Amino acid sequence: MENFWKFVLLSEFHVRYVVIGCTLISIGTSIVGVFVSLRKRALLGDVVSHAVLPGICLAFLWKEEKNPIWLGIGAFISGWLAIVCTDMIRRYSKLKEDASLAIVLSIFFGAGIMLLTMIQQSDNASQAGLDSFLFGKAASITSDDVKIFGGIALLIIITITLLYKHFQILCFDEMFAKAIGLPVKKMELLLSTLAVLAVVSGIQSVGVVLISGMLIIPYAAARFWTNRLSVLLLIAALIGSLSSIGGVYVSYTISRMPTGPWIIVIAFFFAFISFIFGTNKGKIVKLLQNWQYQRKILDENILKTFYQICEKSGGNISFCSVETILSKRAYSPLKLHNALQRLWKQGYIKPEKKCWKLTPEGYEKGKRIVKLHRLWEVYLMEHLKLNPEHVHNDAELIEHIITPELEKELEEKLRYPQYDPHQSPIPY
Amino acid sequence: MNSLFVQDLSVSYQRKPVLWNINLKVPTGKLVGILGPNGAGKSTLIKAIMGLIPIQSGQILILEKPLSQVRQQISYVPQRESVDWDFPASVFDVVLMGRYGKLGLLQRPRTSDKEIALDAIRLVGLENYKDRQISQLSGGQQQRVFLARALAQKADIYFMDEPFAGVDIATEQAIIAILRRMRDDGKTIFVVHHDLQTAPNYFDWLILLNMHLVASGATHSTFTSKNLEETYGSKLTILSKIGELRDKSEFPARES
Repeated sequence: MENFWKFVLLSEFHVRYVVIGCTLISIGTSIVGVFVSLRKRALLGDVVSHAVLPGICLAFLWKEEKNPIWLGIGAFISGWLAIVCTDMIRRYSKLKEDASLAIVLSIFFGAGIMLLTMIQQSDNASQAGLDSFLFGKAASITSDDVKIFGGIALLIIITITLLYKHFQILCFDEMFAKAIGLPVKKMELLLSTLAVLAVVSGIQSVGVVLISGMLIIPYAAARFWTNRLSVLLLIAALIGSLSSIGGVYVSYTISRMPTGPWIIVIAFFFAFISFIFGTNKGKIVKLLQNWQYQRKILDENILKTFYQICEKSGGNISFCSVETILSKRAYSPLKLHNALQRLWKQGYIKPEKKCWKLTPEGYEKGKRIVKLHRLWEVYLMEHLKLNPEHVHNDAELIEHIITPELEKELEEKLRYPQYDPHQSPIPY
Repeated sequence: MNSLFVQDLSVSYQRKPVLWNINLKVPTGKLVGILGPNGAGKSTLIKAIMGLIPIQSGQILILEKPLSQVRQQISYVPQRESVDWDFPASVFDVVLMGRYGKLGLLQRPRTSDKEIALDAIRLVGLENYKDRQISQLSGGQQQRVFLARALAQKADIYFMDEPFAGVDIATEQAIIAILRRMRDDGKTIFVVHHDLQTAPNYFDWLILLNMHLVASGATHSTFTSKNLEETYGSKLTILSKIGELRDKSEFPARES
């Protein structure tokens, strides 16, 4: 607990440094990820994150020290080369994009692991800890690392903020962007370069293998909350930074814990929560909506039954008992009871002499549903040439979703028919 | 003044020739229909004019100037299916993109740009939908969003790729009314169109295309059964088969 407060309050100078650095890095990665994903290039991040490894190793072999500047440059060059390679393969061979991505990823990563193994088996003393680039180790971040990688992240954030509208239009409608004279090819290149930089910035904290997750997961999670690009970027950045702070905390307090996997696990946790609870197409929202539709169907069907009973009696009786309804429709008594109470509260029916009576509003609503049902049956028969025996079931569902505008259109198109295919009159 | 001047334009996709030697001259202030069967190169023609695809040979002038000098004065409406409508943007966001071409690299949209965008939205009758996410719109409404974005560009020449595809009749009528009003204001509008029945009624200038130019001129003189027969009657099947053969066998484009 003491550790926790120490961490949260950023009381240790070094911790403060690392937390700020990692937050910047994850914000940068998350917002680049949003645009890369919207451009439908999510796999590109995966390729680049694996492809930077040989560059790191070569830079180390050359300089024989873990200088973040040289390692960063090495990573950047090899990540960038990987992008050029996928592009070349796609352009000059018959292979499709997915195949070219898979090839480049495995070749570069294979070469990287090979070099890494070679370095580890050599007697070079300064190689210790080079493998932390694989899965990230926040604890080994020095203040120099923070300055350099945090600086890269800051550069990414500034570039994206300044060129926000251009990236937006590039991702939405490339042809239009070209038509208004934007340098589409250069912007595409810039976006790829930013993706490489984002990966490079995260090699120390998240590690090369998992940094691609930080490009994609915050976007995927944020997409469940909003339909606005600006808000999407903010939420993605927030999720990214919270996960990375969480990951750094775990890695700090529990010794020998890698940072990257923890950051990803926490980010995934956010994504899962968003998937369930997200206000934009989240599971709960969908369930709620479905539940509301079911209730609407139930309510409208009851009113329809009332109306039909009323219609059968020639308009004399507008009330009926629970038993009459149950004899017409197979509801559980409890469900029906709840629905009747609800309809009473809404003012469509009221109790009278141990029975339920339609109010004028309820009568109108029931009439409308019956009308829509019968109109739809006529429509299906006339325009789809369906047999009258087959139209009832479809109408049972469609009657609940027809909007007033469509209702009007339907009436005009069918020219207010008097009877439905089963010779029941259509009430207007 | 000519709104469009095309000389000896040829375009190929990979090795497959799509347009052969097109020569065109269209005056300003016309509502122009580009007609032809599937694969006749209608979309290719306007994409080539907009500089969206490389051309093999030929010269294109818009308002008697090359494209780069008049970009601000022209507007392009891509096919509706060419974008993913699930993009996180509202109707207003997309229409505002019509102003981006007029803004500097780092400039944010100004109040005046936002007003122009709102006006354009009102003009196409989507004011009640301006904050709607674009994937929640019907096909006809999405098409009107694209039209509004083009209107927000305040251009002089418009190139529209199949603006009536997948649109209901009421929307089609509404769109054509807007296009006519634009024409009456002196704009020139090129429309890639499919429906032969409505064409003579909608357009006052026609470009009939079937990989080569069949006819270009005022509707009353070009909409003749002879021209239509030539455009639609005989599909140039041998020509397209040869093109496919060259493409599939990776036959060299020229002798070396």
